[in-house]
Amino acid sequence: MLNRTEAPAFGLVSDIQFIKPEHRTLRNGIPVFSLVAGGQDLVRIEFIFENVDHAEGSPLQSMAVNNLLNNGTATRSAREIAESVDFYGAFLQTDYNPDHASLTLYTLTKHLEAVLPIVHDVLTGSTFPADELDIFARNQKQKLLVNLKKNDFVARRLFSAAVLGNTPYGYVPQPEDYDQLDRGTLLRYFAAGYSPENCTIVAAGKFDERSFNLLDRFFGADWEVKEKAAAQQFTPGEPDARKIYQEVPDALQSALRLGTLTINRRHPDFPALQVLNCVLGGYFGSRLMANIREDKGFTYGIGSGLASLKHAGYFFISTEVGAEVSQAALNEIYSEISLLQSAPVAGEELSLVRNYMMGSLLGSLENVFSHADKFKNVHFSGMDYDYYSNYIETIRTVSAERLQHLAQTYLRPEQFVEVTVGKK
Amino acid sequence: MVSFTRFTLDNGLKVLVHEDPTTPMAVLNVLYDVGARDENPGQTGFAHLFEHLMFGGSLNIPSYDEPLQRVGGENNAFTSNDITNYYLTLPSENVETAFWLESDRMLSLAFTEKSLEVQRNVVCEEFKQRYLNQPYGDVWLKLRPLAYREHPYRWATIGKELSHIEQATMDDVKAFFRKHYNPKNAIVVVGGNVKTDDMKVMAEKWFGSIPSGPRYDRDLPQEPEQTEARTETVKADVPLDAIYMAFKMGRRTDPDYYAFDLLSDILSRGKSSRLYNSLLKEKQLFSEINAYNMGSLDTGLFVIEGKLSEGTPMEEAEAGIWTELQRLATEPVGEAELTKVKNKVESTMAFSEMSLLDKAMNLAFYELLGDANLFNEETSRYHAVQAADIMQAAAATFTKEKSSILYYLKNA
Repeated sequence: MLNRTEAPAFGLVSDIQFIKPEHRTLRNGIPVFSLVAGGQDLVRIEFIFENVDHAEGSPLQSMAVNNLLNNGTATRSAREIAESVDFYGAFLQTDYNPDHASLTLYTLTKHLEAVLPIVHDVLTGSTFPADELDIFARNQKQKLLVNLKKNDFVARRLFSAAVLGNTPYGYVPQPEDYDQLDRGTLLRYFAAGYSPENCTIVAAGKFDERSFNLLDRFFGADWEVKEKAAAQQFTPGEPDARKIYQEVPDALQSALRLGTLTINRRHPDFPALQVLNCVLGGYFGSRLMANIREDKGFTYGIGSGLASLKHAGYFFISTEVGAEVSQAALNEIYSEISLLQSAPVAGEELSLVRNYMMGSLLGSLENVFSHADKFKNVHFSGMDYDYYSNYIETIRTVSAERLQHLAQTYLRPEQFVEVTVGKK
Repeated sequence: MVSFTRFTLDNGLKVLVHEDPTTPMAVLNVLYDVGARDENPGQTGFAHLFEHLMFGGSLNIPSYDEPLQRVGGENNAFTSNDITNYYLTLPSENVETAFWLESDRMLSLAFTEKSLEVQRNVVCEEFKQRYLNQPYGDVWLKLRPLAYREHPYRWATIGKELSHIEQATMDDVKAFFRKHYNPKNAIVVVGGNVKTDDMKVMAEKWFGSIPSGPRYDRDLPQEPEQTEARTETVKADVPLDAIYMAFKMGRRTDPDYYAFDLLSDILSRGKSSRLYNSLLKEKQLFSEINAYNMGSLDTGLFVIEGKLSEGTPMEEAEAGIWTELQRLATEPVGEAELTKVKNKVESTMAFSEMSLLDKAMNLAFYELLGDANLFNEETSRYHAVQAADIMQAAAATFTKEKSSILYYLKNA
């Protein structure tokens, strides 16, 4: 007779294999990191540019440049670019984060030769036509007006601006900023930021010698350095206010966001802090979820996270709770933090979190694209795969006492910025 | 090409196994053939509330999540108007834990008052977060009852109103479980770094002894053919006017589904699409515009939704959409444009095969449609669509008599 009360035997994840990239360079020195795997005839090629200093204007200029990259060159209109990429079933996508801007090509490898000339045209000869800029500015502004009606969006902005301050990381666009966008500034930013000197290529999937040679043919020569760029600076100040409240009349829910500047991936405590974050709010069974959702029913979801940027890191907790329980939820959040500071995590819970995090790491390496993402995490932090060895070792061995100490060191509510949008 | 082996246990449970040795993980996906369409009109939102309760502990296992996390696994679920789908991923060597957990909650839930009480609250907060406390969040609460008069698609999965969730009782919940949650109404897909023979043994061991339960024969009121144009206007605290146009189309399993799906690609997929170029870029009537179909198992909807550019009169914006729809109904799509959308479908299918979870979910869904292997035939079905099929689908669908239009206006 089957005993359903007894869990089946299980094993611990012991062996995690990373696919590491091969590093080569194009003739002009652009580094190409390629990760080859997968049965499908597919490849993803990312052209990644470090964000450079905004000599003029705001970071909105660099966001706009990235977004408008594939909207016109000297020889192709926005529509022609889209038509030719789509015709080959390829995808050309722009991405922007506070440290990098990128252009990513997804294509069947057999069409690589056909689509690379378009990518080349976009990266070297975008012209940012005035009418495209007008449409972009107007529509983005309208999108922003819609988002400003969302409490969680507003809370995120208030939090970023307070914690990351007057830096490129803390910048949040205001609707009127879109009216200030100027084509000349975009062109100058494009010249400075999108240069071979500032470019890293990461390719993942079916990428062979021929693919590399194609990259070299299109990007290894004939791509001049136009303007020398300065690096972004990051010097945050102290937040003006610790508690920020924006009332929304008739809100059914309040968006809460709280946290502080903290260490980033480069700091030796970071892996252990990730374990602590997981215990607190990093998975479905976390203490915040168990208490505030599964016990109290205050919210649909609550979580915490660590963001690692090149020049900074920050810790945050975010949720949307019933408007009438905003304060009760905040009290519970602080009491969970206080508990982590005052008592070590119990052995059963810690072993569960260790196993969960190992399984989660294994699961996050689903395909060659995810392996490439793991590479980028360390590469752009100026680190190598030792980071992951250390991360795995830390998950396995970090002690409850060390986690308690980290909670006392890094999770200090008196340093938090606490944002409430909705009702108190 | 996604290969699989299929077998049926004596209690009626269908099981599919997909071997993928390139991953160290395994996936177990359990699809229950029950969705919001199976609810009674006085108790809407039940299928979804029930999905939440499925995580509240089962007959022999007090906590669902804890043992799964302990073996390095993660899980989630979703409810639609048609199905409820549960999935979990974990290191493949621990796949038996997945069988243990999923079979016990198919056998019976713990049904505690505490779990019901908490999940009623959680779902009410979800209702607020996603539908009520968001700009335009209640669109589907308005559009569904406009487009559907008889069929249970007239309510959203979250339910018609908060009170239906608030008033759910333990007896209601138990009855729902008995009716829908049994082997005959489920499809299990296990995939990843597993061996088919081992999975047969495990499936038999854990699911084989679950009683097959009563058969649920779906007999839903079908939607009568729509013969009159329907409109509704709402005003709300939003920054921009918006329009939502819904047209009746066929079922997901109808042969012309593929023509409809390509129609939506032609209209709004990416920056080379028609609505984007004509209405957003050239005429600048809209700041956002999209077309999609709901892929519903019963009479479906083809939807066009857009947010108007500041200052654009609604009549002008709507006329712009009608012009594009008329073009599709009267002029055949050119060869290059048709090839383009087909190529896009083909590469999207290829990219989706890179995800084990996507493969498992698709196998389960296509098995529900009649045969999991349909998934492997999808690309060729899209390729078979001709320009005339698309024109015919457009002409038969994009008429005033089949339209339900919601004008969502900002407060003056």
